[in-house]
Amino acid sequence: MDGVTAAGVTARARIEARADGRGGTALPVLEGGGPLAPRRTRAHGTEARVLLVGAMSGPLGGDRFAVEARVGEGARLHLGSAAATLALPGQAKGEARYDVRIDVAAGGELHWLPEQLISARGSDLHVTTRAELAPGARLLLREEQVLGRAGEEPGRLTSRLTVRLGGAPLLDQELSCGPGAPGGWDGPAVLGGHRAVGQLVLVAPGSPANPAEARMLGEGTALMPLAGRAVLVSAVAPDALALRRRLDEALALLTADRK
Amino acid sequence: MPLMSRAALLVLADGRFPAGGHAHSGGAEAAVKAGRVTDAATLERFCRGRLHTTGLVAASLAAAAVLGLAADELDAAADARTPSPALRTTARRLGRQLVRAARATWPSPELDALAKAFPKGAHQPVVLGLTARAAGLEPLDAAYCALYESVSGPATATVRLLSLDPFDATGVLARLAPELDRVADRAVEAARRALTEGVDDLPAASAPLLEIGAQAHAAWPVRLFAS
Repeated sequence: MDGVTAAGVTARARIEARADGRGGTALPVLEGGGPLAPRRTRAHGTEARVLLVGAMSGPLGGDRFAVEARVGEGARLHLGSAAATLALPGQAKGEARYDVRIDVAAGGELHWLPEQLISARGSDLHVTTRAELAPGARLLLREEQVLGRAGEEPGRLTSRLTVRLGGAPLLDQELSCGPGAPGGWDGPAVLGGHRAVGQLVLVAPGSPANPAEARMLGEGTALMPLAGRAVLVSAVAPDALALRRRLDEALALLTADRK
Repeated sequence: MPLMSRAALLVLADGRFPAGGHAHSGGAEAAVKAGRVTDAATLERFCRGRLHTTGLVAASLAAAAVLGLAADELDAAADARTPSPALRTTARRLGRQLVRAARATWPSPELDALAKAFPKGAHQPVVLGLTARAAGLEPLDAAYCALYESVSGPATATVRLLSLDPFDATGVLARLAPELDRVADRAVEAARRALTEGVDDLPAASAPLLEIGAQAHAAWPVRLFAS
């Protein structure tokens, strides 16, 4: 499953959550290692918690990282990462890949709240996050991209987020930035000089009958109801700290809305 | 399908084709107000960003519609690629206006069925593709039409918003032309790939500031342009 070849490191984490029949969540599959080691942490009520702990840096050029998370009917899983992911240039030529696959069954709930992805100068990373939700599944997902470490030019980063609900597309967004990205990525239509960009997706079928209303949540942050019982918060910010502050405020608002 | 007539492309792409596009700035009004577009140089960067994001997405949807991919699947794909509810509403309104003009210009059972299936309007690029199909045009023609609209709208609007010299705005469009050629080819390639890989495979290039800006713009009490 994990290995180091001349082309780069291949690493995969697999997590499967199932209702344990006693009101809690069991983790029959918890696999991974090296840069993607899943660690079970203290449960929170009926929710199992897992943290991805990286024992190596990366991804570097040529590396292949993958995370697979499956949440069964009635199970609740909170999946985070212990630290930011830092994309760096590597010895191996070519882009690195980071693929996240999420599968949530009806009545299951996944919170996928990793730390930031930082695109360092000279790196080349292609990220895909694909969530397949059954009707009645719940999802809270955050992704944050930071273009370069402090004061640094970014690397090349392409990130696609696809959420499907009951087999139909709910959200499909790709962002390409950095040297070699299609023109205008840093211009006034796309990022306009902002160095941090993020999204928060909430799919909550059990939420109140009146859906969330579209509104601005301060500068560079918009709350947008999607077609279906889901909302997206999209934000741009000058840096990682400001972005996290905006998304945390939005998250507090969204979770308060649900109560 | 009628015989191919390249001149039909001129009719469809003409800014005077009565499909309501003139009332929209393609996000330029919000960008001007925010101080992100201030002159011809920043307009060019704005248009270049649109071309490679929403332009590419619209062009590939339109080309896919010409190839005969299912309109309801393309419309759902457009929804998923348009998180801003203000932009979804705009796209459907423009789609409804275009289907009306198109049915009068190039009557076709497919356009009739589309109008019936989407009484509030389908996404404009899907309608554009089916219109091109009804006019006997090819996927590449529809892609060009969508891409040219994606940059000519903001350029024309900025002339009014900033009192920009119209010659400068036209110069921006001319400088983008070689890039527009390349994106049109990419859009058609993507549409052809979707024939075998499915509609999910179509490009999903996004522009966060266009989406966020559209939401800010929709909340203004007074606007010059509808979007």
